[in-house]
Order: sequence, then C-alpha cells, then structure tokens
Amino acid sequence: MRDSHSVGIVTPQTVRIDQPLHLKSGALLDSYELVYETYGTLNAARSNAVLVCHALSGSHHVAGYHSTEDKNPGWWDNMVGPGKPIDTERFFVIGVNNLGGCHGSTGPSSINPATGKPYGAGFPVVTVEDWVEAQARLAEHLGIGQFAAIVGGSLGGMQALQWSIGRPAQVRHALVIAAAPKLTAQNIAFNDVARQAILTDPDFHGGDFYAHGVVPRRGLRLARMLGHITYLSDDSMAVKFGRGLRSGKYHFGFDVEFEIESYLRYQGDKFAGYFDANTYLLMTKALDYFDPAHECNGDFVAALKPAVASYLIVSFSSDWRFSPERSRAIVKALLDNERNVSYAEITSHHGHDSFLMEDAHYHEVIRAYMNNIEI
Amino acid sequence: MSDPGKNLNLLAEARPDFAAIARWVRRDAKVLDLGCGDGSLLRYLARERNVRGYGVEIDDAKVLACVRNGVNVIQGDLESGLSGFESRSFDYVILSLTLQAMKNTEGVVTEMLRVGREGIVSFPNFAYWKNRLNVLGGNMPVSEDLPYQWYDTPNVHLCTLKDFETFCRARDIDVIERRVMTGVNEVRFAPNLLGSTAFYLFKRAA
Repeated sequence: MRDSHSVGIVTPQTVRIDQPLHLKSGALLDSYELVYETYGTLNAARSNAVLVCHALSGSHHVAGYHSTEDKNPGWWDNMVGPGKPIDTERFFVIGVNNLGGCHGSTGPSSINPATGKPYGAGFPVVTVEDWVEAQARLAEHLGIGQFAAIVGGSLGGMQALQWSIGRPAQVRHALVIAAAPKLTAQNIAFNDVARQAILTDPDFHGGDFYAHGVVPRRGLRLARMLGHITYLSDDSMAVKFGRGLRSGKYHFGFDVEFEIESYLRYQGDKFAGYFDANTYLLMTKALDYFDPAHECNGDFVAALKPAVASYLIVSFSSDWRFSPERSRAIVKALLDNERNVSYAEITSHHGHDSFLMEDAHYHEVIRAYMNNIEI
Repeated sequence: MSDPGKNLNLLAEARPDFAAIARWVRRDAKVLDLGCGDGSLLRYLARERNVRGYGVEIDDAKVLACVRNGVNVIQGDLESGLSGFESRSFDYVILSLTLQAMKNTEGVVTEMLRVGREGIVSFPNFAYWKNRLNVLGGNMPVSEDLPYQWYDTPNVHLCTLKDFETFCRARDIDVIERRVMTGVNEVRFAPNLLGSTAFYLFKRAA
C-alpha cells in the first residue's frame, strides 16, 4: 500500500495549441502540443492553481505514479501531494513538459507536420520567455486567469521569476528555489562542454540522428556525467563515495575502479537511455540565454520593475552551481523594488540537487509559505 | 488564526518595548528589523503603524517562524554587514534588544545609519541598580532582562546609557530621543540607575 500522502495514479493529458507561437529567436511555431498533469481540484473561484516548472531534465510528471506497477514517482513527489508542502488538498497543481522537451510535448524528436519527419536540428531554439508564453496558453486552456503560485527549482525557478516579470498580473506568488538572475561564465562553460560532448559525437549527425536509427549515446552520457558532478557537492561525494574502490584494490588500468566512476557511468548510461540529445542542447541553451536584465542594459533591478508578486527565494549552502550568493542577488533586486520577499538559506550537503531532496526544515519553510497563500 | 488583533494586544502588554519603539515610527514607513526573531515586532508595527517591513534573522527556526507569521524575512548574518541592502533605502533600521549580543557592534551601528535614515536601538541597561547590586554582591547580574549565566550569555557587549551616549558622540551620531523603561513604566529620574531598558532614536549628524 502506498503512502496516503501520494497523489496516487495520475494520467498525463495533452493539449494541442494551434495559435502560432512567436519565439524570442524570431522563429515561428505554427502549432504544438503540451503534455501536462494535474493534481488536486481547481476551486470554483479558480484561485488555487499552482504551476510547477521543471528544470533541465524534469518533466510534467511532478508527482504520483503512472500505474500500479510504476516504481518511480514523479520528480517532486516529496514536495507535492495531499498533506505535503505543496498540498494538493488545498491547491490545484499543474506540471507541464516544456516546449522542446522529450517527454511528450512538441520537441526535436516529435514529427514535424511539414515534413513528416522528426524536427531534429530543425527545431527552433526556445527560451525561458517562450516557455512562459506556452505555459500561459495551457493556463488559458485550463481556464486559469491567475496562479496562486508558480514554483520551480533551478531552471524551473527562472521560469517562475520570468512569469512574475513577463505576466505580472497572472502570478500572486513566485517561489524561486536554487535559481539565479542569470548564469555565470563558469555555468555557461559547463553547459558548453556538455553540448560539445553531444555535438561531436559521430552518432549526432548534425541533430538528425533519428533518420540514422542511432542515438549520440556517448555524448549524452558524458554531458550527464559532467552535469551530475556539478549538481553534487564535494562533501556529499566524499560522504557517499569517498575514494571507495569497487573491488577493494587498484587494477592499474582504465576500467571502472572507484565507486564514483561506477556511479557516474551508471547515471550517464541511464540518462542516455531515455533523454533526447537535441532536448539537452535546447535546455542548456535556454539556461544560458536567461537574463532578464539583458534588455534593461544589464540593470536587473529595472528588469524586475513590472513584477507585483510576493516572493519566496530559497538557496542551499552547498550549492555551488547556483550558489546562495546568486539567490541573494535576486533578493536584493526585489528589495530595491520594495516587493514582498522572504529568503531562506537552507543548510544542506547535497549541492544543487538539494532542492529535490527531502529536508525537514526546507520543506517546513515551503509548507509555511504555501499555507499563508490566500485562495 | 482566531483573532490576530487580540493576540497583538496581548503582545503589546507583554512587550512594552514594542510600544516604546512604535511611538517613534511614522505611519506607512519602511522598516528594517535586524535580528527580528519570529517577526512579532514587525507584525506589531504593521498593525499599529502600517509599515512596510522586512526582518533579518540568522536562525533557521526563527526564519521559519517569520514565514509562518507572514512576515518578510531575509536570512542572513548581521555580523557580516548589510551589503544586501541599498544605502538610505529604509526610514528606520531597528535593532531591538540585540546590540549587546553583537560582536561587531560598531560595524552594525554604522550599517544601520547607512541603510536607514534613522536608527532605533534598545538594550538592557547594565547600570540598572539591580545589576549594580548584583556586582556589588560579587556576582554577574542575572535578571529578567539579563537571563543568562556568565558562561552561557550571548551578551558580549553589555553597556550603560552613559556608555552608549559616549559611543554616539564619538562617532558623529545624534541621539534624537531617548526613552528609558523599567517594565511597563517610563523612567525619567536618574535613568542610568533606575532604568532597566534603554531606547534610542538616532541619526547620522548632519
């Protein structure tokens, strides 16, 4: 028997949107599909909707299970459910796979109606702003004029922030977790190494590998291994793996010897087995391009001027990819705009991945904030 | 919550220091409360003076309490300054019963007057007669205002009214107004002897 705090069995739904989407790059997407899941019930006043935005490798499957045999719950099942910090007994929660994704929404692996073949390299580059626009069409479809809250971690936090700037009247609260106002050069560098791993894989075929019946597995695997290192902290790796050896002794060769090698290769293989290489490229680019201040001559305070939402900003002490300092920059700009904002810096050893972990204090802060949202 | 107004009235009775501070705060002012605890003072000021308030607090449990109380709280360490706050961005910066526990006392007072147009501090007066009596008797004072033993006290910089005023004079800080209380009563006669808690409203000398 599963725990009573699970949303239980959920079924993804798909909406087809035929209203063309003008992308930030200048490209036009005539029509597209978005796959989404909902948990809880939209109240009569339609005032209790919460949008959960996913990060790089996430999806619409935020909570619950897809079947009774399903062993893996949604990616934020510890946060979303009946009685959980984002309580589905109170809120109507929506998870949506972003445009360009590989979990069911239109993306590079989808069939381009114009050609009858997968989009592949022909899929346009999408940005956080584009995602917000697509999510807004979904909100319209669901009859939601204003969200009680928009919540996200990492790249998901950037979407929550962008919603509050781009569509201020539609967001009452934004919970921006383990995010940043923009990527640092170091972050872009990590993303580019990951992209290079994919782009230089001979099986990539310029992005049109579908036609060749192959997957740039080696590239994806390397990209994920690199990414994974940056999501953990030195401390958490030391505690979990240390210098542990699989067979207890050195073999003086290049096969898997250290536990950390084994772990990373396993994670890389697993990821390469289900994630689309083109989607990975798009997601990392969306991260790189995110910079609301760009159009305000680098003035982040000015960029946040349209925002009217109240904010909860959360960071984690051991997160070096999106460090507390980056979250404090968001807080500072919100303070300068005299917005309602609270900021919690959670002591955690799990690095950037902390936002996905079950930590009592972190979850209590989210719960407390969500409980005070009027619906 | 059954009746927040009633709770706040009880709070005002239990914390006469809140009322003392509120008297100095203009309506609709923007207030930063350093070491804001569970946010009670900010809630009190929001109700009594309609302030737009933010608190700074380092302790996890207190930050959580602020979020529960619906008070804007920024988790951070006062000892490392207020670099997250713009100069002259607040009408008042308040340090309520925390001055004596600061390591970098001088730094925090300087930062208060950078970020705020006016500062408000309150602290237990070490020269209060009961404290003097304790010391004369050979012991460090332990009282309602100073509830700690010498070995576990967070109060590393205790001072008297006279000390604080000397401190201000030496740093071009103008005391705008002083209030001295013992419990719920204001003390006007021999305050450095008869007052247990001191309140100062101050600003940078022009």
